[in-house]
Amino acid sequence: MTSIDTPDRRLDGNALAGPLLELFTIDLSAAMATCVHCDGTAPLGEQQLYADAPALVLRCRDCTGVLLRYSADSHSTGIATVRADLSGLRLLVAHVPAAGASR
Amino acid sequence: MSWARAVVRATCPESAGAVRLVLEVDGWSGHVAGQHVDLRLTAEDGYTAWRSYSIASAPQQPLVSLVVQGVDGGEVSPYLISDVQEGDVLELRGPIGGHFVWRAALGGPVQLIAGGSGVVPFLSMLEHHRLAGSDAEVRLLYALRNPQDVLGTGVLGQVGPRVQVTYAYSRSAPPGWQGPTGRLDAGVLAEHVCGPAAAPQTFVCGPTGFVEAVAGALVQLGHVPTSIKTERYGDAA
Ligand SMILES: Cc1cc2nc3c(=O)[nH]c(=O)nc-3n(C[C@H](O)[C@H](O)[C@H](O)COP(=O)(O)OP(=O)(O)OC[C@H]3O[C@@H](n4cnc5c(N)ncnc54)[C@H](O)[C@@H]3O)c2cc1C
Ligand SMILES: [Zn+2]
Repeated sequence: MTSIDTPDRRLDGNALAGPLLELFTIDLSAAMATCVHCDGTAPLGEQQLYADAPALVLRCRDCTGVLLRYSADSHSTGIATVRADLSGLRLLVAHVPAAGASR
Repeated sequence: MSWARAVVRATCPESAGAVRLVLEVDGWSGHVAGQHVDLRLTAEDGYTAWRSYSIASAPQQPLVSLVVQGVDGGEVSPYLISDVQEGDVLELRGPIGGHFVWRAALGGPVQLIAGGSGVVPFLSMLEHHRLAGSDAEVRLLYALRNPQDVLGTGVLGQVGPRVQVTYAYSRSAPPGWQGPTGRLDAGVLAEHVCGPAAAPQTFVCGPTGFVEAVAGALVQLGHVPTSIKTERYGDAA
């Protein structure tokens, strides 16, 4: 049993930005994420990522409440099943290139 | 974003326990210093494993370099260190990260604090600083166990006058060493990093325990938490 105080594989949310590209089209590390539990807001890349659970679990850096759970099982068939529980995010604010513009 | 093909153009030892991989990545769009990539390995039975690696090369350089420090008993790093050869093809996703980044246009002062392989993104920032002719004041405090563990001697040996590099050795120091030793506690940090009065942008990178201890001590010294950016690499169990 890993308690949330175990330093092992506690990472910055930055490390979640790669996996999230399986689902979203932009890098979300600089997007501002607001926590449902405490209303704390910080860049997604600065939240706390627990990378040892069966899913990647992103926790609020202010109250440690779960912001997001994410898993992707990859098969050699070329199809992966992605599961994302976003219920801990009240709001996500990102700056994206306006439609039609290239980056 | 899907996985891109990365052809290994060169591998060379970076220290006794670390290797530099120089990659040519299909469709690479360029990066910002401080970003990382994810590398994926696939076994013959279809089992895959991926890990994140910071980019060591500067945005101005045409090929992407990674520096991998071997972790004993690790799943991925020993393979990257010992088995990968020139001409091999790896799968790579990136560049990733819009947060732990520095561009010359952001100016200074900049304080970089690295533990072990946590120096890798700073090699990219320092090389970017040099190639851009930046006059931003940059300081690097680089904590490592032993002198022979140092990564990035090429970049660290040719920094310009606006850059100051300080080493701190936790196990063994070179003969006659007068600089810091031991852990980077508040005392060492107070002496060797830009103080809060200069309002530096501070970046801390390395093993999770190291990063959390240093960031905590910086706040204790009066640095504003939002001025400190962290990149935690994970920890040895
Ligand atoms: C954003 C990001 C950037 C990174 N950049 C680099 C980089 O530039 N160079 C680099 O060498 N590594 C880097 N890492 C660490 C890297 O992703 C791997 O964690 C590391 O290579 C170990 O992987 P492994 O499969 O060999 O070990 P695993 O099989 O994952 O782990 C084996 C054992 O080692 C421990 N362990 C895991 N990671 C580390 C670590 N970083 N240090 C010490 N012990 C560890 C584990 O707790 C476990 O007990 C980065 C990590 C992140 C999140
Ligand atoms: Zn919260």
